[in-house]
Amino acid sequence: MTTTVTPGRTDRAGSGESVGTTDTRRRLPRIPDRIRHGGLPYLLLLPAIVLEMLVHLIPMVIGITMSFRQLTQFYIRNWGEAPWAAFDNYRVAVDFDAPIGQALLHSFYVTCLFTVLAVGLSWLFGVAAAIMMQENFRGRGLLRAVFLTPYALPVYAAVITWAFMFQRDNGLINHVLHDQLGLTDEPSFWLIGDNSFIALVVVAVWKSWPFAFLIIMAGLQNIPRELYEAAAIDGAGIWQQIRKITLPSLRPVNQVLVLVLFLWTFNDFNTPYVLFGRAAPEAADLISIHIYQSSFVTWNFGSGSAMSVLLLLFLLLVTAVYLLLTSRGRKAADA
Amino acid sequence: MPRPPSSPTAPPRSFRWTRRIVLTFLTAFALLPVYVMLSSSLKPLQDVSGKFQWIPSGLTVRPYIDIWDTVPLARYFLNSLIVAGAATVLSVVIAVFAAYAVSRYRFRGKRVFTVTVLSTQMFPGILFLLPLFLIFVNIGNSTGITLYGSRGGLILTYLTFSLPFSIWMLIGYFDSIPRDLDEAAMVDGCGALGALFRVVVPAAVPGIVAVAVYAFMTAWGEVLFASVMTNDTTRTLSVGLQGYASQNDVYWNQVMAASLVVSVPVVAGFLLLQRYLVAGLTAGAVK
Repeated sequence: MTTTVTPGRTDRAGSGESVGTTDTRRRLPRIPDRIRHGGLPYLLLLPAIVLEMLVHLIPMVIGITMSFRQLTQFYIRNWGEAPWAAFDNYRVAVDFDAPIGQALLHSFYVTCLFTVLAVGLSWLFGVAAAIMMQENFRGRGLLRAVFLTPYALPVYAAVITWAFMFQRDNGLINHVLHDQLGLTDEPSFWLIGDNSFIALVVVAVWKSWPFAFLIIMAGLQNIPRELYEAAAIDGAGIWQQIRKITLPSLRPVNQVLVLVLFLWTFNDFNTPYVLFGRAAPEAADLISIHIYQSSFVTWNFGSGSAMSVLLLLFLLLVTAVYLLLTSRGRKAADA
Repeated sequence: MPRPPSSPTAPPRSFRWTRRIVLTFLTAFALLPVYVMLSSSLKPLQDVSGKFQWIPSGLTVRPYIDIWDTVPLARYFLNSLIVAGAATVLSVVIAVFAAYAVSRYRFRGKRVFTVTVLSTQMFPGILFLLPLFLIFVNIGNSTGITLYGSRGGLILTYLTFSLPFSIWMLIGYFDSIPRDLDEAAMVDGCGALGALFRVVVPAAVPGIVAVAVYAFMTAWGEVLFASVMTNDTTRTLSVGLQGYASQNDVYWNQVMAASLVVSVPVVAGFLLLQRYLVAGLTAGAVK
């Protein structure tokens, strides 16, 4: 075998037999063309389109128009009659010298830091677990089930358990840190004050690393075994194989995974809501809770909508830049 | 999916030790809350109110009996089951049709459709929570169809949450099924739908199961919309479980028992079907 290892290329180009399978994709339009299908695809798509319109697109358009109105609880029944505010809600939201703008900026900053930490650690744990479990060993199937359990547990049940563990007087965390290890002089508060940020990151990582593990595990299945065999014959050890084959081959999977994790984590509402309730402590005031608070607790829906639109614009911008950078990276790798 | 060892030689000692340390740490991290949930659910109230005990000094099944009376847990359970079950079935059926259309036909607007559907994943839920609530109220006022506060409204909402991912994953899965198979079925006299149900769907069972598991878990775990869109009779578990914690006293043993009871069905189902999920992701999403 004289095959040279080419990391990053996961297709088996040139191995003869695989040409047939890629060929079925290329022959795509044989039966179906626009004359013969007679509108069938549109009919098949209709339920999905109607539902997406009803639940996502129309509400989103309404949400955007709401952000231009002075929408308080008095206009909830007839929101169309709420006074026009033009860009007032936006102006207030981004006035970083005033309390509302300051709070929004702070919550944005907290969310960014939280997202970077949670996504980074989740990815790291997921990739470590998946690589360590690529080889077969005894108990591997059981361990895989163990690792996926946090993903399978319903969020509220799992996060309530964490809230119990973080209780000051009867929780497990303080019992270990204070009573058993003696690391703190006093039992700490974890769900209020500055520590709440740490608690939030821990719970979020616990919740999302199994998803990273699942996706990376699936991604590893697509790496052809021949690459490893060839590398082993060429004398590459397992660490070298991981660095030169596994990690580069995972790049396309990682790109999608990190984007998805980023979007989920940045928008996460469930974790802070179950952990802290309607009002999160300042140190852990994630943007989704912040907007919920200003919409449903202080009853200023116009302002809440404006903040949501700003959030959406930010997410769109980040996604666009990310997709641009990664597709450019891929092109460079292919060249 | 058993995968034969990727290297003909046994991994070196440095790798085996790293593996042991990493996997032990991750096992402890993953299972810690499960242990707390299980052990605390069997403790009497005075034990969960005092210092945490790794090894319970007394065991009781009392919390498992009391949880049903402290809050109407059975009703919440039934509501969650109906909502998540219906959302799953509908979401899978709709996704199968949509993915089949995208995978097998060329038509105008195909790209627009897939891009739009996928980008709805990006919307912060909070942005359309209030508008959706208002739409449901307006539909109720003008047509008499109750959506706000009803299970139907929640089903409708939840099924769209899992729809984009389901469609996306099934497109990949259907693409991997040779087109010749359903073309042959059509030549043999099946219509397009006949080919879909007799050939494509049976061949895509792992992908469809994976999508169903995902849809069920999404609906079973959702908190934000459930807390706004339900009333006393339609409340789901995600909101109902907070009932134990709203009193002056928090019945932590009951909270843990209830958490365990609501987790067991999903975790069991998930672990039974996880092989399909990996297979489905491998063929569908992770391409």
